[in-house]
Amino acid sequence: MAELPRGGNPPQPPAVSAGLYRTVRLIRRFEQRAIEMVRSGVIPGGIHPYIGEEAIAAGVCAALRADDVITSTHRGHGHVLAKGADPVRVLAELAGRETGLNSGRGGSMHAADVSAGIYGANAIVGASAAIACGAAWSHRRAGHDRVAVTFFGDGAVNQGVLLEALNLASLRRLPVLFVCENNQFATSMRVRDTTSGTITGRAGAFGIPAQTIDGMDAETVLAAASRAVARARAGGGPAFLECLTYRFEPHHTWEYTVRPRYRTDEEVAAGSARDPVEIQAARVPEAVRSRIDEEIEELLDRARLFAEASPEPDPSGALDYLYAGGLRGRGGTA
Amino acid sequence: MPNLSYVRALNRALSAEMERDPAVCVFGEDIGIAVSNVTTGLLKRFGPERVIDMPISEQAFTSFATGAAIAGSRPVVEFQIPALLFLVFEQIANQAHKFSLMTGGQVKVPVTYLLPSSGSRVGWAGQHSDHPYSLFAHVGVKTVVPATPTDAYGLLVSAIRDDDPVIVFGPAGAVARRENVDFDALAPVPLGVARVHRPGTDVTVVAVGHLVHDALAVADELAGTVSVEVFDPRTLYPFDWAALAASLERTGRLVVVDDSNRTCGIGGEILATAAEEMHLIAPPKRVTRPDGAVLPFARELDLALQPARGQLRAAIETVAKGR
Repeated sequence: MAELPRGGNPPQPPAVSAGLYRTVRLIRRFEQRAIEMVRSGVIPGGIHPYIGEEAIAAGVCAALRADDVITSTHRGHGHVLAKGADPVRVLAELAGRETGLNSGRGGSMHAADVSAGIYGANAIVGASAAIACGAAWSHRRAGHDRVAVTFFGDGAVNQGVLLEALNLASLRRLPVLFVCENNQFATSMRVRDTTSGTITGRAGAFGIPAQTIDGMDAETVLAAASRAVARARAGGGPAFLECLTYRFEPHHTWEYTVRPRYRTDEEVAAGSARDPVEIQAARVPEAVRSRIDEEIEELLDRARLFAEASPEPDPSGALDYLYAGGLRGRGGTA
Repeated sequence: MPNLSYVRALNRALSAEMERDPAVCVFGEDIGIAVSNVTTGLLKRFGPERVIDMPISEQAFTSFATGAAIAGSRPVVEFQIPALLFLVFEQIANQAHKFSLMTGGQVKVPVTYLLPSSGSRVGWAGQHSDHPYSLFAHVGVKTVVPATPTDAYGLLVSAIRDDDPVIVFGPAGAVARRENVDFDALAPVPLGVARVHRPGTDVTVVAVGHLVHDALAVADELAGTVSVEVFDPRTLYPFDWAALAASLERTGRLVVVDDSNRTCGIGGEILATAAEEMHLIAPPKRVTRPDGAVLPFARELDLALQPARGQLRAAIETVAKGR
């Protein structure tokens, strides 16, 4: 089987390190503020916080071109922000406002920005991998060298359609990067209780080169993703990265009220000991960091104000966009 | 022998659209050798990058089509077995169908799902004999069930050109039909427009798919006693309610013959809508498969659960006398 090109973790130029720091910090602060807005009721329905996993989105998306595409998951804010969606409009989307990324029709689990190559976050585990494969195929057929990345969690590796997608990608040598964010838990279920064999072994079974990497280090992720993306772009076919990480926060914000016990406080503390934001911060001079931090707070202040000031959608538009061709079915009272 | 078969009509529509629009491509199982005869010649003419034989991974290749469509292709996905739609219900109802709304209109998913032989083929038993068009109409996927070769051609062309997912059910009971047509006159048939095959004044019979031909036969049998209007919706979603209302203005009496299981079949929706909004002078009736039907294997048992001409005739006679 083909091997993914190996390589160390070359020191990145200062601008790249600072850029990665900016992304992980933006995601962290965005999520912390979004949790506050869930608690205050501005964001309905809750969110799946990405806190602890920021290095993966930051590193992978830094390896991509603007015209490359991604598909994402229910825990998708990090991917969407890292791929270049406007945080102001993402937050407005979470708040269900007409000014949101999806005009308030998608929310946390379906954020999409086609103009930024974000072909949608998907709320069914493992469902977007085959969509990414089809998109990669279509772009290639149109003569482009665009790469598609599909993000998914460890829970998705036992979902049949994802395994089928691995086969299709390998069979047709598609420019797709499969990124497994192994945060150790499928909601409450530990990997060891759900997953026989190994995660990378699944890719290997289909002849797809795979690597397990430290998903807490954005520069490690960037280096590995860059190699896999370059290979895919050059026609080398799909690759698979298992990124080891840890979810610092609950599966979903409903856990703050329900308090299910599937891991101890000690375990969470141990799992959170290596923090992707701190790891990246250590590579960036303090003066640069302070400026980035301030800029992010200013941006997120503006985002919150914008979301809160934005109009809620008019209920008469609840069926807008249902059909691309504009079809209107009958109403519920005809 | 008439020159256009139903299967050939689907084939001509596919070829014509692939010729017209390079974005159109076809995915399915055994389509290279054209097991269903619908894709005959396409691989040779358009090549393996546009006619893709897929592994037996229906869920993946259905969502592959969604991704390809989002990225600018116009895939047609062929399924040879109607029950495969249960396997890919997630990929159609929960993915392809929902993308436009969920993305606030950023994305369109112009995929056509083509079932060249849906419903009972008699003797194919429990897992190969469903005709699940009502499920898709319920979900809101554009759903067409052509009864004739001409309509099969015209509706498939319109489905491929449509910017939303469309599912095309070729009924097993209609695929053997042939028509004499002028090939140059074959044209798109717009979605959502019904067709009256036979005008009548006493009872409107709404017949879905191959049952149009049974309805026409029964109307012939009853000619002289009951004047039957045979109404073919052609598209089940969106349904041509205006045309049905116009027909009922003339007849005031309604029978629906629908090859769905009775509960929540499209026949129930048609009766309910007519009762709520349209001119009826007698209680309507429907002829369907029984509740929760699973078609048994033996020929007699399979046929016992499908809507039959005798049942339709009895329903028409009852409704014609009703008041």
